[in-house]
Amino acid sequence: MATLARKDAPGLAVEPCQYLTFTLGGEMYAVETLSVKEIIEYGQVTTVPMVPPSIRGVINLRGAVVPVIDLKARFGGQPTGITRRTCIVIIEMGSSDECQVVGILVDTVSEVLEIPPGEIEAPPAFGARIRADFIRGMGKVGGGFVILLNVEAVLSTDELSVLDELSRQGSPVDAGALPRLGSSVAG
Amino acid sequence: MSAQMDDALQTLIIESRELLQHMEEALLALEQTPDDAEAVNAIFRAAHTIKGSAGLFSLDHIVAFTHVAESVLDRVRDHRLAMSPALGGLMLEVCDHLGWLIDGVAARQAPDDALSGRSEAILARLREYQTPSALPPQLDLSDVDWPDGNDIAPRPSVPVRGADSVSSGMWHISLRSGPNLLRDGMDPLSILHYLGTFGQIVNLELILNDIPPLSVIDPESCYIGYELGFASETDKATIDGAFDFVREDSVVRLIPPYGPLADYRALFADMSGDSLLLGRMLVRCGSLTEDELTQALETQERIELDSQSAGKPASLLGDVLVAQQLVDKPMVDAALERQHQLKTMTAGEATLIRVDAAKLDQLINLVGELIIAGAGAQLVARRLKVPDLVETTSVLARLVEDVRDSALTLRMVQIGATFNRFRRVVRDVAAELDKDIQLDIRGGETELDKTVVEKIGDPLTHIVRNALDHGIEPADVRLARGKPRQGRLSLNAYHESGSIVIEVSDDGGGLRKERILQKAIERGLVSEGQTLSDKEIFGLVFEPGFSTAAQVSNLSGRGVGMDVVKRNIQALRGTVDLDSVEGQGTTVRLRLPLTLAIIDGFLIGAGSASYVVPLEQVLECIELPDKDKPEAGASYLNLRGEVLPFVRLRDLFDIPGEAPRRENVVVVQYAGERAGLVVDQLFGEFQTVIKPLGKVFSHIRCIGGSTILGSGEVALILDVPGLVRQVTERQPVSRYLSSTPSAA
Repeated sequence: MATLARKDAPGLAVEPCQYLTFTLGGEMYAVETLSVKEIIEYGQVTTVPMVPPSIRGVINLRGAVVPVIDLKARFGGQPTGITRRTCIVIIEMGSSDECQVVGILVDTVSEVLEIPPGEIEAPPAFGARIRADFIRGMGKVGGGFVILLNVEAVLSTDELSVLDELSRQGSPVDAGALPRLGSSVAG
Repeated sequence: MSAQMDDALQTLIIESRELLQHMEEALLALEQTPDDAEAVNAIFRAAHTIKGSAGLFSLDHIVAFTHVAESVLDRVRDHRLAMSPALGGLMLEVCDHLGWLIDGVAARQAPDDALSGRSEAILARLREYQTPSALPPQLDLSDVDWPDGNDIAPRPSVPVRGADSVSSGMWHISLRSGPNLLRDGMDPLSILHYLGTFGQIVNLELILNDIPPLSVIDPESCYIGYELGFASETDKATIDGAFDFVREDSVVRLIPPYGPLADYRALFADMSGDSLLLGRMLVRCGSLTEDELTQALETQERIELDSQSAGKPASLLGDVLVAQQLVDKPMVDAALERQHQLKTMTAGEATLIRVDAAKLDQLINLVGELIIAGAGAQLVARRLKVPDLVETTSVLARLVEDVRDSALTLRMVQIGATFNRFRRVVRDVAAELDKDIQLDIRGGETELDKTVVEKIGDPLTHIVRNALDHGIEPADVRLARGKPRQGRLSLNAYHESGSIVIEVSDDGGGLRKERILQKAIERGLVSEGQTLSDKEIFGLVFEPGFSTAAQVSNLSGRGVGMDVVKRNIQALRGTVDLDSVEGQGTTVRLRLPLTLAIIDGFLIGAGSASYVVPLEQVLECIELPDKDKPEAGASYLNLRGEVLPFVRLRDLFDIPGEAPRRENVVVVQYAGERAGLVVDQLFGEFQTVIKPLGKVFSHIRCIGGSTILGSGEVALILDVPGLVRQVTERQPVSRYLSSTPSAA
């Protein structure tokens, strides 16, 4: 039913159907090509102190300083290990007057796929490895599924900077928060 | 086309604002020298041009308003009305009001009731200066009973009828629009509409001969022209003004009522196409009679023959006309003046270009990248050790730096325009306070970055108002103190060692030191018995809380909002200080960086990363003594007998890896507090181009921004005050957790 509703939604026809696919920890993900500015090799990332692990650092993108988000860490996993094929996909978000450029760290970039709107399923309510609101839909490609990411949610500036806030209060807070939670459950 | 119309409207807005500024300056100049004819002309021209351009865009409310002001100004120009202070004040109000009307146009809002009400109020006062016989201010054509074109009595300003003049009492206008008229955002109809606001179009003949066949027509080009009989009492300049925006591209001819037949002959000669056909149109317009047409055509042929036989170029016609007294002298003068104006205008255009500030920023960004790329190339060249390559890259690097310097100067503007704004402030405040104050401006040609200029307006206004209000004494007090009646305020600007200094000084009462000190002690800012230098005492007026007191004397008023001024200036990385001699005056000195985009930084390294500390906050660098290593427990050291608390960047930023054997301490100072930063390496001074960090990092307090190093790597700029605050807030937690006795 939800799938139907999505298909009937206005504006779906004009939705782009080209997606850039990439792998991250063995899983296949995709983002709309329209939001992809470019893909660059991993290199010269300057770490920024006192930020959560999901923010890998900043890079110099031809004179502009662009933050790099570690997607695997953002999805709750371990920080991405750097290999020879590690890439940074530069994503452009937001409206023209308030444009945000963010890089995301991926294991490998695969290919650009055309996925017609009819081949996109609604995100599952649970069962995916990442938060449901991060998923725009599930693209059917060659009998398997590709997770189409909702970049606005994944790279939400508000959420990322709130993460900053949490981490700024220092690790003692995190360390203290967990046992307290445990003790309240026990009590 | 509508986008181009927008562009044209934007031009109108920008130009009008500039004209208003000129008008204001000229009005203020007139107050000093009331019979400056050039200033009056400048004011009139400004009003006239605004009216003309507004008419083209059918901004009727502006046209109607300006028209009345213009007619009053016209009387001043003709010496029928003397410029009085009252009229000058009223004209300044007109100026302000026009500014608001233009703002309304810029905001695409129709004037609201309040604004219209103000228009009416000012108009009512302006009309007092108009003679009853002047044109009715309402320019609604339907209200005006226009006489038939032929019945208009000749006005004195119209040339006296010569033997050769035509019998028609109408203006004749002919226009051949240029192909770009529509592309330039103009509408031929709007010109007619505007003409209609001060006269009557008696007859119009459209010329469609130039329209090409449909197959080759360019829909964006304008092919039409017209011949127009126009009944109006206005002068030539006004009618001429209607065509200001199209003149560049189009051919416009104006022939006054009872104009000489020769003008019509010239018209036939200039306009392409069949003279007879054109002549018939003129007859239909009512500008020529049949007889006159025949006469004109005959003479034209004769002149052509004459000039051919004499071998003279036809362009001497103008001389002939003057010799024959067919064209009156003022008209020729006006034409000459117009030509001269056009010439100077084009000369001005050649030296000045209006550029979008965003484009400049983009250029500067690109140049910044170029520098980084150049530094990279140089690095490679040195590694490869090819002498030729090393040499060429170093030449390249030097040139690129020159390019950067000149790119940065593009954004530099003179401070004079900002200073000149204060003429008005001084005039208004002085009038309000009933004081006589003269403003001196020096160093107006001193340049600084546009972004800085935009931000100093408010603090500067504050300081100037303070000086006017509380610094300079009323005239009677001044006389009693043996000072000249007229107070003096001066604004001065000059460059000094890479920064700009702006001085605001007055010859008023000055600050009373004992008073400030006494107050500071009352407020607990200073403890009793403390001895302070003059500088420290005057610095107290910038303390927050010092100013909130009820006004006691001219001293307490001085402090109003001075802490805000100081904060604003510090936000621009500038400083403010104050000198004062009691009874003689006060000088406030602002010291600002020339640009906000570049700072002098000090490059340090910790772990694999590099950081930049603003150089102005760095006091000195020392090696971390062995006894103060972390094993010793304490995080303070003995700096020549003083206690210096320090923070290890490695610990604060959780930088992994072992600290090197030799560590260094950068002693930083902020707001009188000193602290040490323990780092691995010192790299020295570094010209830092500041790049903002995105919104994602807006919550990090220790980092103020970022910059790009020669290697292309990003280095973070440390925010020292934020960093120190972070450490002091963390202190209790770490003390509690570590429970080391020595930390307490």
